[in-house]
Amino acid sequence: MKEETIMNNLKNFTKGFFKENPVFILLLGLCPTLGVTTSAINGLGMGLATTFVLVGSNVVVSLIKGFIPDKVRIPSFIVVIASFVTIIELVMSAYVPALYESLGLFIPLIVVNCIVLGRAEAFASKNTVFSSLIDGLGMGLGFAFALTLLGSVRELLGSYSLFGYKFIQTDGILVFVLAPGAFFGLAYLIVLIKKVSK
Amino acid sequence: MEYILIIIGAIFVNNIVLAQFLGICPFLGVSGKVKTAVGMGGAVLFVMTLATIVTWLIYTYILAKFGIEYMRTIAFILVIASLVQMVEIILKKISPSLYQALGVFLPLITTNCAILGVAILVIDKDFNLAYSVVYAIGTALGFLLALVIFAGLREHIEKLPIPKAMQGVPAALVMAGILALAFMGFSGLV
Repeated sequence: MKEETIMNNLKNFTKGFFKENPVFILLLGLCPTLGVTTSAINGLGMGLATTFVLVGSNVVVSLIKGFIPDKVRIPSFIVVIASFVTIIELVMSAYVPALYESLGLFIPLIVVNCIVLGRAEAFASKNTVFSSLIDGLGMGLGFAFALTLLGSVRELLGSYSLFGYKFIQTDGILVFVLAPGAFFGLAYLIVLIKKVSK
Repeated sequence: MEYILIIIGAIFVNNIVLAQFLGICPFLGVSGKVKTAVGMGGAVLFVMTLATIVTWLIYTYILAKFGIEYMRTIAFILVIASLVQMVEIILKKISPSLYQALGVFLPLITTNCAILGVAILVIDKDFNLAYSVVYAIGTALGFLLALVIFAGLREHIEKLPIPKAMQGVPAALVMAGILALAFMGFSGLV
């Protein structure tokens, strides 16, 4: 592989973390971001599930991009995405039932996550299979990073624990685990990330 | 009486935007003006009720009957996408004035996770058809209420001196947080 293409792939991979982070910079997929991040582990689980769907749909879309008529492109992409969502739904309910229960409704709703369809349309339908795979992986892990970060902040403030490990044996600032805390946490994280990435 | 409780619960206690975090994109994106917010809310009320009826019937009489419940996600999203298209075409033909009011919002609704969310929720909760319809209407009214309140607040906030880093989405999110806090006052009502 030429050095230039390696650099390009590296750039495709890393852009999802800060420069084009789907949550903090592009502001996509905010529903699961706010909905599941009551704890760090939930955020991580949701992020990884979305990563799987993103990588899978990106690869398949880029494989079939030559065969699909332009007019039915979006419905076809949605079917591809929905298939991968069904796969992860079945796998998660079989192997990690506790996590599946706590994420609940938001697993099937990966279908309507704008990031997934957005990457299929904006990147995978125009690029090679390998770079689509890298793009999906980078964007997905960037999403997982954002969700884990927000989940950690909320868990840390809301119940003084991180990944279930409790630091102080008292109740936390409960509001951060409840709905309003999601909005507050995300608002200040966006400001912080904007400052840092400049 | 039960139906009234479902509606009140869906509007105030478990508000779809402020407590369940569905439909955040249109909530943040569209709600700049009260008038657009009402239009968007109306379109959601219309499509959500229709979509819930259709997906409920499909789940009960096709998917559950043949034991292929795992096809739910794929079937529902396709049904909702084609339903939105159909509503758009029919409205254009039958009621141009209604189409004028709701038209621009219809394409956006396919990717509104509140629609798919409610369709799946009523299945998960084992509601019968009448309950499902009432729940869908209540949820959509809750969406409309949140959208209108938020748009009204946003019209005012634009005139305030906000620090540069907080302008735009962060300020809107903080406001949504305060609104969610206010709605928490309704918990325990039903």
